[in-house]
Amino acid sequence: MTTLFSGASNLAEGVDRAFMFIIIISFIFTIAIVGLIIYILVHFSRKKNKNPQQFSGNVPLEVVWTVIPLILVIIMFYYGWVGFAPMRKVPDNAMQVKAIGRMWSWSFDYGNGKISKDLVVPLERNVKLNLFSEDVNHGLFIPAFRVKEDVIPSYNNYLWFRAITKGKFDIFCTEYCGLAHSGMTAKVIVVDSLEFDKWLSELKSTGDTPEHPGMAIIKANACITCHSLDGTKVIGPSFKDLYGAKRMVVTAQGEKEVEANDDYLRRSITDPNFEVVKGFNKGLMQSYKDVLKAEDIDKIVDYFKTAGGHK
Amino acid sequence: MNNPSPTAPLNYLNHKTGLWSWMTATDHKRIGLLYLYSITTFFLAAAVLGLLMKIEKVAPGETIMTAQTYNAMFSLHGIIMIFIVVIPGLAAVFGNICLPIMIGAKDVAFPKLNLFSYYVYITGAILGLYSQFANGHSPDAGWTFYVPYSAEVNSNIILALMAAFTLGFASILTGLNFIVTIHRMRAPGMTWFRMPLFPWSLYATAWIQLLATPVVGITLLMVVAERTLHVGFFDPKLGGDPVLYQHLFWIYSHPAVYVMILPAMGVVTEIFPTFSQKPVFGYLPIVFSSLAIALVGYFVWGHHMYTSGMSIESRWFFSFLTFIVAIPSAIKVFNWLSTMYGGSVDLKPPLLYAISFIFLFTIGGFTGLILGAVATDVQVHNTDFVVAHFHYIIFGGMGFGFFAAMHYWYPKIYGRMYNIRWANIAWGFLFTGFNFLYFPMFIMGIQGMPRRYYDYDPQFQMGQTISTIGAVILFIGLIGMISNLVYHVRRGAIAPANPWHGVTLEWQIPSPPPHENFDDIPVITRGPYVFDNPHTK
Repeated sequence: MTTLFSGASNLAEGVDRAFMFIIIISFIFTIAIVGLIIYILVHFSRKKNKNPQQFSGNVPLEVVWTVIPLILVIIMFYYGWVGFAPMRKVPDNAMQVKAIGRMWSWSFDYGNGKISKDLVVPLERNVKLNLFSEDVNHGLFIPAFRVKEDVIPSYNNYLWFRAITKGKFDIFCTEYCGLAHSGMTAKVIVVDSLEFDKWLSELKSTGDTPEHPGMAIIKANACITCHSLDGTKVIGPSFKDLYGAKRMVVTAQGEKEVEANDDYLRRSITDPNFEVVKGFNKGLMQSYKDVLKAEDIDKIVDYFKTAGGHK
Repeated sequence: MNNPSPTAPLNYLNHKTGLWSWMTATDHKRIGLLYLYSITTFFLAAAVLGLLMKIEKVAPGETIMTAQTYNAMFSLHGIIMIFIVVIPGLAAVFGNICLPIMIGAKDVAFPKLNLFSYYVYITGAILGLYSQFANGHSPDAGWTFYVPYSAEVNSNIILALMAAFTLGFASILTGLNFIVTIHRMRAPGMTWFRMPLFPWSLYATAWIQLLATPVVGITLLMVVAERTLHVGFFDPKLGGDPVLYQHLFWIYSHPAVYVMILPAMGVVTEIFPTFSQKPVFGYLPIVFSSLAIALVGYFVWGHHMYTSGMSIESRWFFSFLTFIVAIPSAIKVFNWLSTMYGGSVDLKPPLLYAISFIFLFTIGGFTGLILGAVATDVQVHNTDFVVAHFHYIIFGGMGFGFFAAMHYWYPKIYGRMYNIRWANIAWGFLFTGFNFLYFPMFIMGIQGMPRRYYDYDPQFQMGQTISTIGAVILFIGLIGMISNLVYHVRRGAIAPANPWHGVTLEWQIPSPPPHENFDDIPVITRGPYVFDNPHTK
């Protein structure tokens, strides 16, 4: 749960101070304006006041209500700036993590091939996230930390923070990135330093196993954003233990059972709406006939056949 | 009006009849009505989309539509509302109907160009609709079309971009027409500072339309070139720069916000003196604040991009200017309140809407300060907070300004009066529903609820549900308001020429006005808001 004024990072205090100042001033002015409107409607109503005064201006008043708001907004600007400036000054000792956004998931690369789906960080240590996009614009937003920065392909954006509260906090994507934009979430998990070191040393390295060429193509075309590798139901059926499996499909003629063999897999890539696995929606996947080369499709089919669904 | 007695003088509505006479009309008032009917139709369609989206979000997970449908809907809602309804909105409808009369002219400077602009507008609007129903997917990149997504996604983006491009042309031509009209067609004796303030606001608006719209036109064409010819302007895969797109887009689209709101400010500036029977307070400050908004508004676009990775200096610069541009709006609010102060205030529907405008615009303005300050913007950028903020400004400001204008000039336009009690009740629903719909979104936004989210975390359940209830109430009010207006076009009581006892020129001619407004062009000898015999019955 992330509510206002319970910031969980070192940057929250400055942001919340700016919030407080602007909200309080705004509140006072709104009350005053509404109060004045009500006073006017009651006191100067046509029933009560038959003799409207005919004045049409007052220079000192104009000066007063120009200068006072001007001073107030400059103070607001100042609070906004002071709360923000530290966000761009990363301490030299910050731990570096590469945050990768793709349609539609996050992953966090700790180096040496150690990649995690959630962002695990140690309490009270400076962490810098180097933001990297594999496809379109994304936005990395941790409401509890009051940090957000766009994740833009070809840009080396970054953000940093020091977590000051242990717990689990939301990560949202805040730049519209297509179908499952609202599902592109992850968690920040803040643990104490020892626990973090243990977690990191136990995190399995994925970087050094050579990848099946079919898997490379699957990843490059972002297939796994809709088809999970671990059996989870996303937008389309999972790739887990796919080859040879029997499944119910819906066709124009009705339902039937098919075996996931070479022909079926090929057809599912080139004409995905011909047979749709029961329980999934038609029309969400378009044909990859013109997107993938014939030999690439062969490689994908070979991956399912030889490497299994998922290692 | 529809069956004029043989003795009744002809007016612009019946001096010619038949569909063809409307399709080829060059009378500014008829063109204004063509815009009014087109815009109302599109507005209702997009409002229904908004309502459907809110119903989808009454609970987490799928409620009534899939993610793909939702994403296409928020895009279409934005494209229709921004490009087809709000940007042309007040200027095309009430600018056309009222501007020439208020400055004592028989028509705009280029009546045929005016009609041509309307057809360009309709072409763009139809293209926009076609992009939804043509083969393939409805466009789903939002009304902002951010690259690289919009350059790569397999939906009808090109059609939608061409629609926005075409609509831009209509906007430029209308702006040009109004600038020339105001410069060349003012009645003898109507100096610049004897001109009423609604024309002044249209003048400031027209310059933005003329100068800023070409930027977005070219930008959208560049995206088309990127998609069709694979020229790399913005897509990094082709060697382009995605943030450059955002700069070019907002160089237009921020000033466009002032295209939306300035005429609404102009409308309420006419309404306050009439319903208080008292001159406008601070005529010159209001004029100069309009011009200041138009000018400074060009240089604040970067506040849409604080988190895009642009340089730290530009974040400073854009934040500072954003705070400066707030001042002219504040000055206007104080002047409007002072216009009513000491007057004889008659709370008729136009004033009710104008006062609601002040309230909603004030909340929209103050929440704009939270978006202007860099630290707080980082938290609320791209969340429901932004959505709530610009609905308070655009719907609460421009929308309620439009409703105020509709209730103010209705008897002038049709020569009939709507039912006042009915109008007040509809206002009650609209105003209540509006605040229930949008206010919870401020709170959810601060808590971190991102915008353009089909699904959401259960922590936001309560706010979302309240918001949906608000949407339903608002929609009831909308239907109530529009049916009152439509119903009384033919059946309302005959309205006198000057039912509100206004002093500007449009109230000095018959209702509905004759084809060319004035038999003899009036000679102006004094300012626009002199109440010699205030009417206080």
